[in-house]
Amino acid sequence: MLTELASESSVLSEPAAAPVLDYTADEMMSVAAARALRDGAVCFVGIGLPSTAANLARRLHAPSLVLIYESGTLDTRPEELPLSIGDGILADSALTVISVPEVFNYWLQPGRIDVGFLSGAQLDRYGNINTTVIGEYDEPSVRLPGSGGAPEIAASCGEVMIVMRHRLRAFVEGVDFITSVGHGSAPEDRRRLGLTGAGPLRVITDLGILEPDPETRELTLTGLHPGVTVEQVRAETGWPLALSPEPLIPTPAPTTRELEVLRSLRTVGQ
Amino acid sequence: MAEIKTLTDAISELVHDGDSVALEGFTHLIPFAAGHEIIRQRKRNLTLIRMTPDLIYDRMIGAGCASKLVFSWGGNPGVGSLHRMRDALNHSWPVPLKIEEHSHAGMANRYVAGASGLPFGVLRGYAGTDLPAHTDTISTVTCPFTGETLAAVAALNPDVSIVHAQRADRAGNVQLWGITGVQKEAVLAATRSLVTVEEIVDTLEPVPGAVLLPSWVVDAVAVAPGGAKPSYAHGYYERDNAAYRAWDAVSRDREKFSAWLEELVAP
Repeated sequence: MLTELASESSVLSEPAAAPVLDYTADEMMSVAAARALRDGAVCFVGIGLPSTAANLARRLHAPSLVLIYESGTLDTRPEELPLSIGDGILADSALTVISVPEVFNYWLQPGRIDVGFLSGAQLDRYGNINTTVIGEYDEPSVRLPGSGGAPEIAASCGEVMIVMRHRLRAFVEGVDFITSVGHGSAPEDRRRLGLTGAGPLRVITDLGILEPDPETRELTLTGLHPGVTVEQVRAETGWPLALSPEPLIPTPAPTTRELEVLRSLRTVGQ
Repeated sequence: MAEIKTLTDAISELVHDGDSVALEGFTHLIPFAAGHEIIRQRKRNLTLIRMTPDLIYDRMIGAGCASKLVFSWGGNPGVGSLHRMRDALNHSWPVPLKIEEHSHAGMANRYVAGASGLPFGVLRGYAGTDLPAHTDTISTVTCPFTGETLAAVAALNPDVSIVHAQRADRAGNVQLWGITGVQKEAVLAATRSLVTVEEIVDTLEPVPGAVLLPSWVVDAVAVAPGGAKPSYAHGYYERDNAAYRAWDAVSRDREKFSAWLEELVAP
């Protein structure tokens, strides 16, 4: 939809006017997610959208971003995007490679990672993530891959960022299965459960940005991408989505440079 | 002391119907050749243990080798689902499959406990998640010093662990490097172990960050050049990402899979 809008405007604009950039909603999402990573942060990265955004950030404003993949590649700087969390390119470009028990026990569990960067199949109003099953556990309608490293990433990283396409089937009132805990169902839940990190502080979608309400911890809309309306976001959200009390922050459109770098990212073997 | 054997003899002697078997290798050094040999020898009723089942367990499940899967992430990395695993879970094809599901941190600590000769591992994990209600090898333990409640996971002690390594020497000492995952823990936790290797050399030259498994903790070493393909062996060959993508179509379709299987087991 964004692409159509943008193309339409470029047709309408005067030839001398500044060119209107043509980009997809997925590209806006990756760029917005990359911008949210601050330079120098230590970031635990999942494969897919998070990996794309983290590697984009490293090539733009965050050259000192430290990337850790659960395969044990610590401070890795791949020239291309990996297809899996353990591609050879990650090991070759890493500061060091550590064993999997060490990743979880020495690095993640004690809180040495600033940002955990996750995605999921379902996300609920309190930022809980499901990557296990759609439907009942014993007789699911869809069997998903499962936990992987996500539950402990969500528990122990300083904070969690979630990047996910905004669809009604994915943004649900309550997840079918809590694979990874966000804010539970009440403000005190993380503390009660002994989860040391702050949990999901930002959800970046292809429509806008959601952040937990400081009091209730329920996800509220705080930002909108260009050309997207509040009604559109609400139509794709399975709970009555509240707006932040502060004015909504419009996401600046991707710059030429951001799009160039994003489009130059190639996945290994493609 | 590890004995150097053919892969056929090693699988025949070490893996029995009904065994719990762990084939480990975290994306890297996945022992595909050994898994294929288990399929060829028509082993049945195995409990297959592996953090990331990957294509190799999709194949073994589709071939009817497994009655139970112990795992923490079951997908085709970066591609999609393991359709043979799903078909077994949803439709008991070709045989019913039970699951015991954990997180990566839980599985890693189960291997660490097994390798350490302890009955359980302890971690900060699973709190608030729905897994403990479905997996009886997840529980809690109270710290005797602070009173804190922590997650406890039952040790993993497979009957047999199988890993792939870059090389071994003639005495059966094994050397592997790159991403080394949980292979060391899996071998030390197991009752019996088999290592397939790219090659056997006279002397193991030191490599930075390498894991070395002494001959006396390994039962058998078998030479299997290319034995980790389509995963990879650091320093030998790269991951065949195209093969991982191509598997999706084969795995989706029982007939295509059956044709693949027939070709694999053909003499």
